[in-house]
Amino acid sequence: MPAHLSARLCSLALSLLLIAFALPAFAGPFEDAVAKFANDDFSDTEEAIGVVAGSGNKLAFPIISALQDGRLMADPDSKKVYVTGTDGKSIDAATGETVASVPDSASAVRLNNRLRRSVDAALGSLTLQSPDVGTRLQAAQSVFKSHEETALEAVDAALAKETNRSVKAALGEARAAILLFKSDATEVEKLEAVATLKARGDQEALALLTGMGDQPASVTKAATSAIGSIQNSLAVWSMVQNAWYGLSLGSVLLLAAIGLAITFGVMGVINMAHGEMVMLGAYTTFVVQEVIRSRYPGLFDYSLLIAVPLAFLVAGAIGVLIERSIIRFLYGRPLETLLATWGLSLVLQQAVRTMFGPTNREVGNPSWMSGAFELGQITITYNRLWILLFTLAVFAILLAMLRYTALGLEMRAVTQNRRMAASMGIATSRVDALTFGLGSGIAGIAGVALSQIDNVSPNLGQSYIIDSFMVVVFGGVGNLWGTLVGAFTLGIANKFLEPVAGAVLGKIAILVLIILFIQKRPRGLFALKGRAVEA
Amino acid sequence: MFSKSTHDIAASFCRRGVLAATAGLVLGLASLTGAKAADGTIKVGVLHSLSGTMAISETTLKDTILFLIDEQNKKGGVLGKKLEAVVVDPASNWPLFAEKARELITKDKVSVVFGCWTSVSRKSVLPVFKELNNILFYPVQYEGEESERNVFYTGAAPNQQAIPAVDYLMKEEKVKRWVLAGTDYVYPRTTNKILEAYLKSKGVAQEDIMINYTPFGHSDWQTIVADIKKFGSAGKKTAVVSTINGDANVPFYKELGNQGIKAKDIPVVAFSVGEEELAGIDTKPLVGHLAAWNYFESIKTKDGSNEKFIKDWQAYTKNPKRVTNDPMEAHVIGFNMWVKAVEKVKSTDPDKVIDALPGIEAPNLTGGVSKMLPNHHITKPVFIGEIKANGQFDVVWKTPGLVAGDAWSKELEGSKDLIGDWVGKKCGNFNTKTNKCLGSGS
Repeated sequence: MPAHLSARLCSLALSLLLIAFALPAFAGPFEDAVAKFANDDFSDTEEAIGVVAGSGNKLAFPIISALQDGRLMADPDSKKVYVTGTDGKSIDAATGETVASVPDSASAVRLNNRLRRSVDAALGSLTLQSPDVGTRLQAAQSVFKSHEETALEAVDAALAKETNRSVKAALGEARAAILLFKSDATEVEKLEAVATLKARGDQEALALLTGMGDQPASVTKAATSAIGSIQNSLAVWSMVQNAWYGLSLGSVLLLAAIGLAITFGVMGVINMAHGEMVMLGAYTTFVVQEVIRSRYPGLFDYSLLIAVPLAFLVAGAIGVLIERSIIRFLYGRPLETLLATWGLSLVLQQAVRTMFGPTNREVGNPSWMSGAFELGQITITYNRLWILLFTLAVFAILLAMLRYTALGLEMRAVTQNRRMAASMGIATSRVDALTFGLGSGIAGIAGVALSQIDNVSPNLGQSYIIDSFMVVVFGGVGNLWGTLVGAFTLGIANKFLEPVAGAVLGKIAILVLIILFIQKRPRGLFALKGRAVEA
Repeated sequence: MFSKSTHDIAASFCRRGVLAATAGLVLGLASLTGAKAADGTIKVGVLHSLSGTMAISETTLKDTILFLIDEQNKKGGVLGKKLEAVVVDPASNWPLFAEKARELITKDKVSVVFGCWTSVSRKSVLPVFKELNNILFYPVQYEGEESERNVFYTGAAPNQQAIPAVDYLMKEEKVKRWVLAGTDYVYPRTTNKILEAYLKSKGVAQEDIMINYTPFGHSDWQTIVADIKKFGSAGKKTAVVSTINGDANVPFYKELGNQGIKAKDIPVVAFSVGEEELAGIDTKPLVGHLAAWNYFESIKTKDGSNEKFIKDWQAYTKNPKRVTNDPMEAHVIGFNMWVKAVEKVKSTDPDKVIDALPGIEAPNLTGGVSKMLPNHHITKPVFIGEIKANGQFDVVWKTPGLVAGDAWSKELEGSKDLIGDWVGKKCGNFNTKTNKCLGSGS
């Protein structure tokens, strides 16, 4: 996690700063180099990074890490450069003396991507022997990435002292990467390097092996076989990856469609405003986050948990309102329902556009929703993983509700045989309203999750409405399990088609397949059987 | 140029059907036309979608023109008359654009129209402007390959945005391998065709170019981002040139951030991501990714013109956080050029103004002076900006001077001999090899 790293770097920087204070200031090339930071010229800054990092000066680390965090301030007028600490204290970068305040004319030294890479490389070799394991590992990895020859000495020194196994492995890989590109490395060293990279076996190793240029024949041969074996293993992993992506896409489809599986699947209302319920859920998340940002910033990581029940209530309440005021007059008239709900969806969109403006609203990802972890050779992002788990949880809860609660029983009774249910004393119109509210509320919950991966704009719902109908119809109207299987089938099929056919053709192919499938099985994957069908 | 949102089947179903037309009319809270043609006012048409999928981008441009008219009227208007805005809402519905344009010109008798965003909306109104002989100022960067007598293109042509961006990546970031990723419609396809030809002319091999198209509103970027990662691990520095449309960008950048692709590993340079689009994203994971534009809000000018514009704009909209962006600047330039041309010929007659416009100069907001060219495009500076953590851009590179917009790309086989010249040749597609005007046939 970058946040952790920078915190670690900062604490390290501070401890090193303390040492630095005790030492007399250096004069000469180091000071000249530091002054170059004030030129606001990318080439000068790059030169300065090189000199400062290689100077052996105790100030090198604080300067470079401050540069990375945007805490290195330069005054273009006096050519003075300052390091501002995270505690608000500042020092003169050239001398290490504490200064009372940084002049107003000073601004942070600017970086571009090329410089960010140099900074990473420089910091890598400077922190290889840091007392903190995480920092060392990060350092070894950045040296691996930059594989500058100049870092070899530092890597060897660090390797000799290293005791932690994973850092040691990372250092070995970094060493291999350097040797592979070092022109005067021996053949034996290079062969060892190729073997180390082959053992690493990921895309970055592959990148180094394919990009290594002219080498002795034996090395080239070893590299070619290493490339072949890495590619083979990556090909297998890419199948796993496609399957995971398919599950993840399927979970998004399922989440968007569950609510519709109730309003359309169970109640038979062609609800074109379903997407707008999703959108309302997303906007609820936005409002919750705004309130949290302005009043209780500490709660930000819980914003989604707070938003889930609220989104359910908001979307559910609006769903009940819609059912009571419009849809209940239109039962049994599908065409009119279609038109009315479509019109309603436009009204809701425009209402949100008027209230929140037409542009996207920023919904942040809590820290546990950001980033990814590696599983073998595939990257699994946390937000997709959480959404998959969340979807399954919502599905399970809904299923249990329909199965085990009184309301669930009444819902099933009413949708299966309205008149019989009524004569048993069930208030059918109340159940209708609650069922529609439940479907809408679940759509609202979906909006909370989708706000994490998509735009929060008035058009959010439109992009999901077709997919949702597709899933419900494909899975079999009236059957929640069908919706589950349908969503995951479509997700996985889509993700295996996409690498072959491209995103556009893949989507078309899926639509064609569904149309053909519906021709064959008009009631979808899991058709309801028995008397319920006729009802 | 780019259409901003989810044109799924739902949207096109909506667009074609009667439903949408009625929806547009009923819901497009638009007709703010105080239609009484008060004597002594000059009417200015504003043809931007205020509802539907494009409202996200176009609403701001409507506000920009209203703001400019307000400012101009404070200065006493034009030719001693006040300007009066006539705002209509074409509701992101392409055929409705043509209808509304006709309404503006014939019913409201406007002297000039500022409008359109997507290329398809521009193409849809073209015949109307030709037939009724009026003027359209089009403020958005687009794919080029067009020069019409009645249209003035104040946004960037490909040589004012795409080509300099690629040059920057080649020179500064030493990029050797290219991913051209775009949404599947005319602007990305044409731009990528031009870029592909340009890259090949610079010696880039076919296998070092990956072209990828996605549908409108694409939200599941996992596979494509993984592909980009894979493509980028071939041992050569890789960059992504993105013509992905506005709305699909948010999930794209989120996926990039989550999969850990940093700008310093694989930079993405975008042509449709500006301050407005970034306002909807958490930009911290995106720091260092690039955008190429002719204007950035963060640009400091010596004469303070940009700072003053931002201040006045925020005061006018009563929103101290309201951002400015490139298409807005294009409207500012276009509007001022039109005012100057009208004052020069002392008439709002479209024929006279069209003839007067080429050669007119107006200051842009980045401290330079843009000029209307005979091909109805303008000269502009090109900036490359890096995304900062606060959602603004840090300019890391700019062209030494102003770049003249090419109506016809010099990189494409079919168009490299063509020029647009409405001053000397009176022709939008004059072939310099054969010395013939192709006319409206092509």
